[in-house]
Amino acid sequence: MTDHKEFVQIRHAQKSFGALEVLKDISLTVERGQIVAIIGPSGSGKSTLLRAINDLDPLTGGEVWLDGVQVNRSLPFRQYEKHINQMRQDIGMVFQHFNLFPHMTARENVTMAPKMLKGLSKDEADALAREQLDKVGMLERIDYYPSQLSGGQKQRVAIARALAMKPKLMLFDEATSALDPELVDEVNQVMKKLAEEHMTMIIVTHEMDFAASVCDRVLFMDQGVVVEEGPPEVVFKSPEKERTRAFLRKHLEGAR
Amino acid sequence: MGLDFTVIPKHIDIILLGCLWTIAITAAAALLSFFGGIFFAVIALYAPAVIRLPFRLFEWVFMGTPLLLQLFLIYFGLVQIGVDLPAFVAGVIGLGLHFAVYNSELIQTAILSVDKGQMEAARTVGLSRGQALRKVVVPQAVRAVIPPIGNNMIALLKDSALVSVIGVSELTLSAQRAIGATYRPFEFYILAAAFYYAINLGMEWVQRKIERRIALSR
Ligand SMILES: Nc1ncnc2c1ncn2[C@@H]1O[C@H](COP(=O)(O)OP(=O)(O)OP(=O)(O)O)[C@@H](O)[C@H]1O
Ligand SMILES: [Mg+2]
Repeated sequence: MTDHKEFVQIRHAQKSFGALEVLKDISLTVERGQIVAIIGPSGSGKSTLLRAINDLDPLTGGEVWLDGVQVNRSLPFRQYEKHINQMRQDIGMVFQHFNLFPHMTARENVTMAPKMLKGLSKDEADALAREQLDKVGMLERIDYYPSQLSGGQKQRVAIARALAMKPKLMLFDEATSALDPELVDEVNQVMKKLAEEHMTMIIVTHEMDFAASVCDRVLFMDQGVVVEEGPPEVVFKSPEKERTRAFLRKHLEGAR
Repeated sequence: MGLDFTVIPKHIDIILLGCLWTIAITAAAALLSFFGGIFFAVIALYAPAVIRLPFRLFEWVFMGTPLLLQLFLIYFGLVQIGVDLPAFVAGVIGLGLHFAVYNSELIQTAILSVDKGQMEAARTVGLSRGQALRKVVVPQAVRAVIPPIGNNMIALLKDSALVSVIGVSELTLSAQRAIGATYRPFEFYILAAAFYYAINLGMEWVQRKIERRIALSR
């Protein structure tokens, strides 16, 4: 393992959907073990930026690097598919709506990809499922289907599924936004635990308190640009930019 | 001459044998139509045009022409180009492909209505598009259309009577043979109808079992 200080690097990311420019020259560096929160109003491009990192929404300009390898390399189609499938194994992603596979139990959700892609034996896969589901506190529900789980439980299984590939980086896109308020905390606890284990994470969130408590750095995005970035104490308590202040003020009002 | 159901026991063995053939041909054709349906659906949605377009033509032939004609073509027509299939095999292929085309329509629609987050989640853990289709999207699509596929399979059972014309001794042909020996069409056609109905009930029972088994995993 090389120790690139720039573990994740986004260089001049630009993204347009047709005529709509959603990301305008965004650059961002994340060090190994760092946790970065991205906040900003709806439609500001947070998800698009996150999804550019694992190439779910390919950039129209700029580069994404992970641990010294360019994710969005330009390669002929077949080679690119191989390359990106390999890269994605290192990048876990957690979605707002969980996207668990409904036809698989928690165990199968966790082990399907490792079995297919890493050729785990049945015993190895079983041990992996227990390890990962235990980590998110879902070991007792190992043979439950998603339809039998609450939202918070589903999200924890989804995190276990991502962790099972032993990713170097975890991306969270509003992992708790779809949850009933009383279920938010159990998911936040799991994310905190990952933070304590020094997992590198990029977290898109609307929860300022949570962001303040776990993140090393906060990015405020608006209309496709990073307006302000810095440690949470600064961005949340004494932001420099008027746009940041306005957003936080509005957000506080909304929360009340 | 009134009705006389006492003639039945003497010929019941031929009818029962016909039943077995009907069950066998229906089961084999149903399997072919199920997996063929998945295969055609994936081709229709994802294959490059050079493969997709010939399949479209093939699909048109199977949807736009009578099943009876298709059976004649497969059984009598193919012999001319050196493919001499046993009647049972020809019947299974004809029925199976015919209904595969109908199943394919259902499965295509179902594949397109699987939430796109499913494909994304599968790609995110590193699966290729083909792997994601096979393990994540298609199994969900198929589960969603088990009820209408079940209806197609009941239709398949009823249409299996058509293979009597190429000489498979299934239930309808067996009834006709019994009638030939006894001149009792009403009794034996009623009997055959009762057996079709019983098989139909059996199929519905299997379908309910499958639906119950997958109920949680949807
Ligand atoms: N596939 C797409 N096609 C066209 N436009 C898109 C697409 N995805 C996103 N957009 C547009 O890009 C802009 C940024 O969207 P994005 O989802 O990144 O915002 P966001 O910051 O994540 O918002 P939210 O907080 O509501 O999730 C929006 O105007 C959105 O309508
Ligand atoms: Mg978003």
